Amino acid sequence: MEAFEHIPLITVGTATCGRAAGALAVLQAIREEIARRDLLVEVQEVGCLGHCYAEPLVTVRRPGFPALCYGPLDEDRARRLVTDFLIGDDPCLEYALAALEPNDLFPALEEFPRGACERRVILALCGLINPEDLDAYLVHDGYAGLARALEMSPEEVVGEIVRSGLRGRGGAGFPAGEKWEACARAPAPARYVICNGDEGDPGAFMDRALMESNPHQLLEGLIIAAYAVGARKAIIYVRAEYPLAVARVERALEQARERGLVGKGILGTGFDLEVEVFQGAGAFVCGEETALIASLEGRPGVPRPRPPYPATSGLEGLPTLVNNVKTLSYVPHILRRGAEWFRSLGTANSPGTAVFALAGKVANPGLAEVPMGTTLRQLIFEVGGGIRQDKQFKAVQIGGPSGGCLPESALDLPIDFDSLSEAGAMMGSGGVVVLDEEDCVVETARYFLEFTRQESCGLCSFCRLGTAHLLERLTALTRGEARLEDLDRLYDLAEDVRAGSLCGLGQTAPNPVLTTLRYFRAEYEAHVKEKRCPALACRDLVLYCILPERCSKLCNLCVGSCPAGAVITRPDLLKAIDQAKCVKCNQCLVTCPPEYRAVVKLSPPQLPPEGDAGHG
Amino acid sequence: MRETGEKEASVRAIIEELCVDGRKKPRELIPFLQKVQARLGYVPAEVLREAAGVFGVPEVEMYAVATFYHQFRLQPPGEHRIKVCLGTACHLMGGQRILDWFGRRLDVREGQTTADGKFTLERVACVGCCALAPVVVVDEKVEGKVSPTRADGILLSLGVKPEAMKPKQPESA
Ligand SMILES: Cc1cc2nc3c(=O)[nH]c(=O)nc-3n(C[C@H](O)[C@H](O)[C@H](O)COP(=O)(O)O)c2cc1C
Ligand code: FES
Repeated sequence: MEAFEHIPLITVGTATCGRAAGALAVLQAIREEIARRDLLVEVQEVGCLGHCYAEPLVTVRRPGFPALCYGPLDEDRARRLVTDFLIGDDPCLEYALAALEPNDLFPALEEFPRGACERRVILALCGLINPEDLDAYLVHDGYAGLARALEMSPEEVVGEIVRSGLRGRGGAGFPAGEKWEACARAPAPARYVICNGDEGDPGAFMDRALMESNPHQLLEGLIIAAYAVGARKAIIYVRAEYPLAVARVERALEQARERGLVGKGILGTGFDLEVEVFQGAGAFVCGEETALIASLEGRPGVPRPRPPYPATSGLEGLPTLVNNVKTLSYVPHILRRGAEWFRSLGTANSPGTAVFALAGKVANPGLAEVPMGTTLRQLIFEVGGGIRQDKQFKAVQIGGPSGGCLPESALDLPIDFDSLSEAGAMMGSGGVVVLDEEDCVVETARYFLEFTRQESCGLCSFCRLGTAHLLERLTALTRGEARLEDLDRLYDLAEDVRAGSLCGLGQTAPNPVLTTLRYFRAEYEAHVKEKRCPALACRDLVLYCILPERCSKLCNLCVGSCPAGAVITRPDLLKAIDQAKCVKCNQCLVTCPPEYRAVVKLSPPQLPPEGDAGHG
Repeated sequence: MRETGEKEASVRAIIEELCVDGRKKPRELIPFLQKVQARLGYVPAEVLREAAGVFGVPEVEMYAVATFYHQFRLQPPGEHRIKVCLGTACHLMGGQRILDWFGRRLDVREGQTTADGKFTLERVACVGCCALAPVVVVDEKVEGKVSPTRADGILLSLGVKPEAMKPKQPESA
């Protein structure tokens, strides 16, 4: 940053999330405005700061002012920022989100409740540095961990990771040090290291953000891992749905090669390492390490029984270390600051921090990094800003399709690998999806089963048939076509699938069913006994209707909004819904002006008798 | 037919070009299929047949791989691909409604291509923009916070005429 001390610097977050919110248009507007005014301003693209709710995000560092972060911006506001702040002296505080550091002008990120919870290690540089510039990483002690590792013997590096207590962040929380030891000790002529960047969990996006925002950190961790276990070849496996992550990782790799950080004789030592990027081809199960290896070998991504574990027999039968993107991203920090420092964060059995992806009905979705042991309540209400639109919290789905849905009573659980599994969920990769009162847990469980049924590789019958059966039962429930005894059958079946499946996919697929049955049984029963969906979410158990006493007669918004021509104007000018045509798209309800609120959803799906509804 | 003749020629050219150094290792199979699809938009059956020899695997295994992975299409896609995310976050934020909406407007079902070959409607399981759910990927561009009105805007920008999006006239007056 020193180079720009006297030149203002504008950064625009152009990770995939930023782009989805319109960051490229904002970037272009800024560039055009600067060119048009002939200003001397440095503009850079950066990754994701984690505050995805406020994207597109722009940071302005102007000498004499604190570094200020703005969002959400559109092209007009971005242009105004250039003219008013960089030509004039008005920092446009009305668009500002926060300052990057405490100052007298504007509150800083760390002064918000969210900032107080956060402790950034692997996210520290995300959204602040240019991910396509190796020097930007070097300035912040990048590759110092590698340099230190290369001064140590491989055994000492493994020892450092063992002492740190680092547990794998890809889902199961297996001790990384143990895995490294196993791989390093396995006798073999060659070894592989694979970075698992498959991130199949829907609802999780931190691996993408890390690869797009700070690819060198991951690469540094990968190189250190390869040195430690004695591998000369490494593969970064990235899912094909992440084209920008692929591009930025490849760019980082190219730069690292140019500077002698990858290739022959790394940093002047005798250590050689070839790294390649491999794109997955879209299969959730390929995140599972043996399936991932199968896909690398050009086969369908079908898992195989373990042991032998990949650490002793993996790719091409050679010992293969598979670690998640986050796990490897911690490695440079541990090498640089030491195992003790890492242990000083988090809890005794789960040291360090955890990165969570907050999505669903939280007010401020995005990424956050907090010490292990932070509670779900802090995460959802302080970091995430609570529930959107002041709705009631219903449940939190944590750990992806294989995790569980936890209720309000679980909110004070400190989150680490062990506490969550006791509650029936799991840490998984850290995807946290929040449900509010308008989400139905039965429908959510059905959704997850649809997902796992679809993604089951089909090899073992428990998983293939079991998930199909579970899905069938849950679908019947959401249609009000189930009987009470089905609930017990559902439970038993879920237990059987868990016990009988070959890989983690099948073993954990029943988790959403088991946890929702455990914590929300009353909601299941309402679907059975009253054919009613308390959350008004199950399509087959609701209908839309227009309350005559609230309908203004004069406005036609609902009629215009209906894509199916189902809203009709009656001779008395009141609007009504033709139930046979209604496609339940919710548009009339959204469009009806708040001062009328004439459209309502009813469950069970029965129209009120005409007289009761106040007209006739 | 002229068209098939041309296609066969291009398939052979692609295989020759991608496999200059002759026989390939299984490790290169998925990247090969990805390159074919990047070029043609799909993986034609001829490619699977021809490439089986190059990779030294039975043709049925080529099919096994091509059908196992969601990425590969064995049929040519439409001119524009609309992929609606139905990952967890998008599902909760109304992704299914958006998928239905596109389906109604274009008169296609998920996985299908419109009769005029202009649009293919697909679903994806999370594109990693969950904070901006519901998300739609139009060709290569990711669009966040897509509402039904936004969906209409996307279709208009892709050349769909407003008249084509009107609901069928209600029969009852
Ligand atoms: C069905 C299934 C899907 C998985 N998906 C992923 C994934 O997307 N990313 C990942 O890192 N690990 C995933 N895992 C866990 C991996 O098998 C493996 O444990 C992990 O990559 C090891 O890395 P770690 O020790 O650093 O956590 C998955 C496991 C299962 C059973
Ligand atoms: S769930 Fe749709 S982008 Fe993640």
